[in-house]
Amino acid sequence: MSTDTIAVPTSAPPQAGAINLRRTLRALLPALSLTLILIAIAYLNPRAISYFGFNLMLNLAIPIALATIAQMFVITGNDLDLSIGTFVGFVGCVTATWLHDAPLLGIAVLAGSVLVYAGLGALIYVRNLPSIVVTLGMSFVWQGLAILLLPKPGGKAPGWLLGLMGFKPPYVPFPIIAALVIAAVVHIGLMRTSYGAILRGAGGNPVAIARAGWSLLWTKVIMFALAGIFGVFSGMALIGITTSADANIGNGYTLLSIAGVILGGGEFVGGRVSPMGAVIGALTLALAASPLLTFMHIPPDWQVGANGAILIIVLAARALISRRDAQA
Amino acid sequence: MSRIRQLFVKPWIWSFIGAFLVWLAAIVFTHGYGAGGMITAALSLAVFMVIVGIGQMFVITLGPGNVDLSLPANIGLASAVAMKAMDGNDAMVAVGLLAALAAGFAIGAANYLLIWALRIPPIIATLSASFIIQSIDISYGRGLQIKPPPGYADFSNLQFLGIPILAALTVLVTIAAAIALHRTVYGRSVSAIGQNMRAAWLAGIPVGRIRFLTYALSGTLGGLNGALLAGYFRGANVDIGNEYLLASIAVVVIGGTSVAGGKANVPGLWGAALFLVLLLTMLNTFGVSAGVRLLLTGLVIVGVITAAGGQKALR
Amino acid sequence: MMSEASAHVVKLDGVERHFGAVRALDGVDLIVDRGECVGLVGHNGAGKSTLMHILAGTLTPGRGTIAINGTAQRKYSVALAQKLGIRCVFQELSLCPNLTVAENARVNHASLRGFGWRRRAGDLILAKLDEIFPGHGVGPGDIVRDLSIGKRQMVEVARAFTVTDDPLHLVILDEPTSSLDAETAGQLLSFVRRVVAAGVCCILISHLLREVLENSDRIVVMRDGKVVASGAGADFDRNRLVTAMGAERKDRAATAAARVRADTPMRVRARPQRQTDTTELVAHAGEVIGLAGLSGHGQTDLLLAIFAAAGHARANVEVTAPVALIAGDRQADGIFPLWSIAENIGVRSIVRLRSGLLISTEREDELAEAWQKKINIRTPDLHNNILSLSGGNQQKALFARALGSDADIVLMDDPMRGVDLATKLEVYQLIREEADRGRTFLWYTTETDELDNCDRVYVFRNGRIVADLDRHEVTEEKVIQSSFIESA
Repeated sequence: MSTDTIAVPTSAPPQAGAINLRRTLRALLPALSLTLILIAIAYLNPRAISYFGFNLMLNLAIPIALATIAQMFVITGNDLDLSIGTFVGFVGCVTATWLHDAPLLGIAVLAGSVLVYAGLGALIYVRNLPSIVVTLGMSFVWQGLAILLLPKPGGKAPGWLLGLMGFKPPYVPFPIIAALVIAAVVHIGLMRTSYGAILRGAGGNPVAIARAGWSLLWTKVIMFALAGIFGVFSGMALIGITTSADANIGNGYTLLSIAGVILGGGEFVGGRVSPMGAVIGALTLALAASPLLTFMHIPPDWQVGANGAILIIVLAARALISRRDAQA
Repeated sequence: MSRIRQLFVKPWIWSFIGAFLVWLAAIVFTHGYGAGGMITAALSLAVFMVIVGIGQMFVITLGPGNVDLSLPANIGLASAVAMKAMDGNDAMVAVGLLAALAAGFAIGAANYLLIWALRIPPIIATLSASFIIQSIDISYGRGLQIKPPPGYADFSNLQFLGIPILAALTVLVTIAAAIALHRTVYGRSVSAIGQNMRAAWLAGIPVGRIRFLTYALSGTLGGLNGALLAGYFRGANVDIGNEYLLASIAVVVIGGTSVAGGKANVPGLWGAALFLVLLLTMLNTFGVSAGVRLLLTGLVIVGVITAAGGQKALR
Repeated sequence: MMSEASAHVVKLDGVERHFGAVRALDGVDLIVDRGECVGLVGHNGAGKSTLMHILAGTLTPGRGTIAINGTAQRKYSVALAQKLGIRCVFQELSLCPNLTVAENARVNHASLRGFGWRRRAGDLILAKLDEIFPGHGVGPGDIVRDLSIGKRQMVEVARAFTVTDDPLHLVILDEPTSSLDAETAGQLLSFVRRVVAAGVCCILISHLLREVLENSDRIVVMRDGKVVASGAGADFDRNRLVTAMGAERKDRAATAAARVRADTPMRVRARPQRQTDTTELVAHAGEVIGLAGLSGHGQTDLLLAIFAAAGHARANVEVTAPVALIAGDRQADGIFPLWSIAENIGVRSIVRLRSGLLISTEREDELAEAWQKKINIRTPDLHNNILSLSGGNQQKALFARALGSDADIVLMDDPMRGVDLATKLEVYQLIREEADRGRTFLWYTTETDELDNCDRVYVFRNGRIVADLDRHEVTEEKVIQSSFIESA
């Protein structure tokens, strides 16, 4: 929670033109960060800017982007999902075992876990629970289930999944196409449809939405169900790339997904999110997480720290741009 | 009779009842064997959860969105700093402790700097900081496994009549924290900010200073925890703090502190810590596997918070 | 006696509603017919909002019947009210700040969906805005968060009058002009008159008695959960309304003479950010200074700047004593909902309430008790939660907080908004007493009547001080006039 709301106004209310300029800058910030990182990579290692290079670097971007979208749905409703990482790991384990060995059972389990997510949404709404705590508990549950399923790394990804993730379209690397498709689909679904407006409104002013006759229970359930669905996609995509699974494979995704949503211009409260921004944020993180740092010859010890530094730099830039915005 | 009812209305009583029930279940299974030892061990381990729980409790009470995610990295770094400073030498124990506290304080201060200067939400600020701290820790404590000074390690494990000395000391710290929360200007300020930050500012409370102190406090307690863990487990390493992120939050929430801010529950920290530790002990006694252990821990947390329900909507 | 030929649009019979021990509504009958505008007045706690919530379906009555268009309603709800043509615009704005104007219109109309919904929603709301507020300057793609509060209220009101599938029979307007300036308020009220003449009925709740008197066909006065007076609009005048509401007729005679400026030390000197000349606000010890003008024209900004200046030096603002602020929006800026009354009062003084290192609960209680007597806070126990107090008493607690502190300068940000008349009079008296004792008050108020209590009034427009009126020069006309003069 920033101190924006108690800042004493230091300037006159900004004119409409100035607001628009700053709003545009803010919206462009995720794209700007991505461009900067790409430029940096191009400078450090020009050969990385190629079909093959992008394919390699952005490989893991797809599961990260899917997990980020899942988190974004939850954040739209003023909640937070601390279990998405272990959930992705669980899905991965199911994919590499049952989905491969007994597809019908695998599908049933995955569908069931989406229902569990939806049920959590209902529980959180009906009992007015803090999502941080509930998802914290669920992260243990998914982790435990994953370990029970796959005590040791192993399993095998289904053939069709390997084929999908290994698809090599001409000219444009698959990860980029996938990212565009994901961004487009979610953007249309959440930002352009009439019910999408209701879903977002439930995050902005739930009382108003309820007064207008919409069911807040349904909006919560749907948001969590969508998070579950995209979590399932993320886990499956991940296994399609890594070909086998282990119980801890998704653990970093929780924090990565939160960072991706925030980098993409989303905010924790108020229902203000951007699907395009979230996907771009995920791509940025995927690039910054490993390839960029490798090219910069940053010693492995410091790679983790560099992730943090990148996050801070981007957010600082956003703060500077927003500094003179009078926040509502 | 109404006195007893008053006792049950106190929110922290439930976590103690839960802890007691779990202990009963465990000793029923072992036919009473090791009942006392279980309590002693539980107290020893609960200490570490309570110490960071206190810091996390103050942070969470500052209001929604405030949480310190840098604790695991903090603890890891502090343990390395403490061990390096003590250098296996009992005479340097005080120096080592101070160094760990200073490292923790610096981390807390840095966290707040990010939050205040860069207007970054606390979750992201402490998260990013934790990445950086991790790297510092990895390169600083590179491979070296420094053992704690023997006297210090022994003291960490010392017991008197079955009660670990560390636990007794931590109870004193807890009492101090409770007094601070309810009866000092600082504690009142934290509660005010947690209920309504703007109203607190307009009521003359130095919001920035109080938040800084709170994050610094949480950091310092994390540092303390790191030093103590290194002594108790006889060695420092990067991952020593990993389980304390979730543990610190769980202990705060199960103990009855409101996640919405403004209302903290200090005795509940002990009840919740004992409950969690005993739960894990019980599961170990039953011989369950790691997977089942995690599953049940998670279900218990979800169950407890569901039963407790959320904040009643204000009129 | 109900003639079947013309069933009443709304007929409420014996409606009761309790919140715990509080009787918000104690048996209310209300009738609204086609094509009439009913003005509903009463002080805070009279039950107006509760009654309207029940009519709108957001609250269920404990007892009593609701009949819409002649049909008794068994399972009344918001959805049903909507279908039956009842709309409302409440004081708490119900727009989603993260959505656009068109999307907010969609929220209220379930039938606006499918291909092209966005354009249809935009056209719908834009047409209505044009009809009610010509020259409004709002676009359907504007995000509500970016609009000023006046524009937001315009959108809210316009939305209530939009029609898609459900009919429009009755619109409840609860303080609809509170965030509008005089011109837009006038546009709204003339639209209401037009739409009422065309057959829609309207319930108008307003604390601006002039508005109610000028625009209502019938007036209903409520007090303490009951209807105490009702009749044709023409039968009422200001005095009769005030008497019915239960407040004593305020004696307009000026009390003490205005403080002579040079006598006492200066406490505050402040120039608004946008001031182009050298005019500044100056306040001496013991003075009560009023800040007037249209709402949202810089008064609150200046108060906040003065408040901040007490902590860190600021350009153009000079403060020579401790400062306390009393907020107008007590839920957003004042009340700590988890604390007791005593704790809420003591929070500004916690440093002084210490004995040794710790806060002394005895001292805290003493302070609270002293002020409970002084300002007459009605409560059986000061250790009860603050929310157990009525709105007016909560505001009194906020006054006690500021006055009980060591602050010599007290800033008041329109603190009497929505407070009942009896409380107001008690507080005016207290302010005078405290000023006599040497405290300085800077009082921003949106009700010109209250300026009678001030020694000097600064009128604001567009963030600048445009007039500096001495006590004897202050009249409602002069204030309004200055509010519309462009500054030099």
